[in-house]
Amino acid sequence: MPTPSASSAIPAIHTVELAKRYAKTVALSGLTMTVPQGEVFGFLGPNGAGKTTAVKLLLGLTGPTSGEGFVLGAPLGDRATRRRIGYLPELFRYQGWLSAREVLALHCRLAGLPRSTWQPELDHALRTVGLTDRAGDRVNTFSKGMQQRLGLGVALLGKPDLVLLDEPTSALDPVGRQDVREILLALKARGTTVFLNSHLLSEVEKVCDRVAVVDHGRVIAIGTLDDLLGENAVRLRVAGLNGAHRAELARFGEIREEGDWLTVRGLGLEGVPDLVATLIRMGGRVYAVEPSHQSLEDRFLQLLGDQ
Amino acid sequence: MLVLAIARLTIREAARRRLLLALLILTVIAILLSAWGFSHMTTLKCEDGSPCTAEQVRGVAFALTTLLAFMFSFVLALSAAFTGSSSIASEVESGIAQAILARPISRTEVVLGKWLGFTVLITVYAAVVSVIELGLVAWITGYAAPHVAPFIAFLAAEGMVLMSMALLFSTRLSNITGGVMAVSAFGLAWIAGIVGGFGQAFNNDTVRSVGTISRLLIPTDGLWRGAIYSLEPAVYIAAQNTVRQSAANPFYASSYPAWPYLAWVTLWIVVIVGLAVVSFQRREL
Repeated sequence: MPTPSASSAIPAIHTVELAKRYAKTVALSGLTMTVPQGEVFGFLGPNGAGKTTAVKLLLGLTGPTSGEGFVLGAPLGDRATRRRIGYLPELFRYQGWLSAREVLALHCRLAGLPRSTWQPELDHALRTVGLTDRAGDRVNTFSKGMQQRLGLGVALLGKPDLVLLDEPTSALDPVGRQDVREILLALKARGTTVFLNSHLLSEVEKVCDRVAVVDHGRVIAIGTLDDLLGENAVRLRVAGLNGAHRAELARFGEIREEGDWLTVRGLGLEGVPDLVATLIRMGGRVYAVEPSHQSLEDRFLQLLGDQ
Repeated sequence: MLVLAIARLTIREAARRRLLLALLILTVIAILLSAWGFSHMTTLKCEDGSPCTAEQVRGVAFALTTLLAFMFSFVLALSAAFTGSSSIASEVESGIAQAILARPISRTEVVLGKWLGFTVLITVYAAVVSVIELGLVAWITGYAAPHVAPFIAFLAAEGMVLMSMALLFSTRLSNITGGVMAVSAFGLAWIAGIVGGFGQAFNNDTVRSVGTISRLLIPTDGLWRGAIYSLEPAVYIAAQNTVRQSAANPFYASSYPAWPYLAWVTLWIVVIVGLAVVSFQRREL
């Protein structure tokens, strides 16, 4: 675990009423949020909600129409601070006429890393994203998924304090997504702040400490997953229950049935063993117990629907 | 330092994307064909059926070399316009620019680095082509261009003017649009130069001013005249000076461009590159 220091008291990201307008289109209207250092922060929203605009503003790739923001304590776009940031763009194309190793070396140079560190940095990045075998191949021979892996490797160079990832798994297969999750968890363990832009709720749910939901350029909800979801739910696959048994289960929470599956809403984590013990006592056969995967998606859709 | 990194990357891109190879192959073919043609020139028969004099052969060789020089300047202009115009536009479109600019590098360094890289490519191409072609012509026909170094400088400067303009376009326009605009500007400037020449030959101030204004706005034709003058033997200049309408000839120049004009061209390039920097800085990515 990283040791707390004075610098970690400075939030990784702090924005106040940050807004961006393109002619008549409002891309982001009044983004106010604080992301402490060391947190994995999910930025959720439907396509066109303003997620990419927010990331570009944080990097200084585009200027705000109004409002202000600070990244690692410095104003948006500060050159020296960009040394401490890793970024995977939504459009993750790299110079097709360079090899993967050359793209990484270019970014080592642009990031101002000492030349003596390039080799270990390159090797580490290639290993982390699983491209060691293809390091010498031209990027234009890579699939989209491999280019996205390369982009992730680029973002990890130099052990940045803050990593901004814009839809990092959009081109990846399930194995690739799993790899990215592991990379994110490793970053989290190292104390790196991760700002994860995504519309893939399952991905956010598995790795993020806190999330913000944006829609039409405005944050409509922000908080920890527990805050945001409001209630816990558990799904169980159970056989051998009759009507009386089901009625008895109502004391655990709101029950919904879909075939063999039961969803019990409003049940705290501590209540799960009691629920399972009760089911077994009733003679029910329990095949699966899992936290509800739909809850964030339901909540997300509900939040968007409320707007 | 990062300007040099981007310049190197620009040169490497030209080499890797086979732009240099394609140019090299086409240039070698053009040089070999012209050498073959020049080698037959020494056996030319003049009006009375007797072999032409060495003086006559040199005269024809000079005229053909001028046309070849125009062809090379056209190839250079086209290459400069299209590579310059695609450089920033295509990188912004593909997202490569966003990944680079998220690093601690300024947009000024990116524009200047690309400009420097292209300038090196243009200058090397102009120098290599000129030395080989003019050397072969001198060896085969005996016609030696009087001022090789200034010729290379004018040819390269012409390419730099178009490349700088194309680079400015590429900060805002798609690569095809910027390239077409730069090439069109080159063609228009050439035609306006000829029109201005007619004005001078026939003492019409209004028509002459077309040429003057166009050479100030797009200095490629003014520089082309400098390149032409570098190739002209003294006897040719003396002969042309006796022809009243010689100013209308697009393949003739009676002198080098004046120093103030060269200072203007330098300032023009500085201003255009400066505008490219400002335009790119203000571009939303």
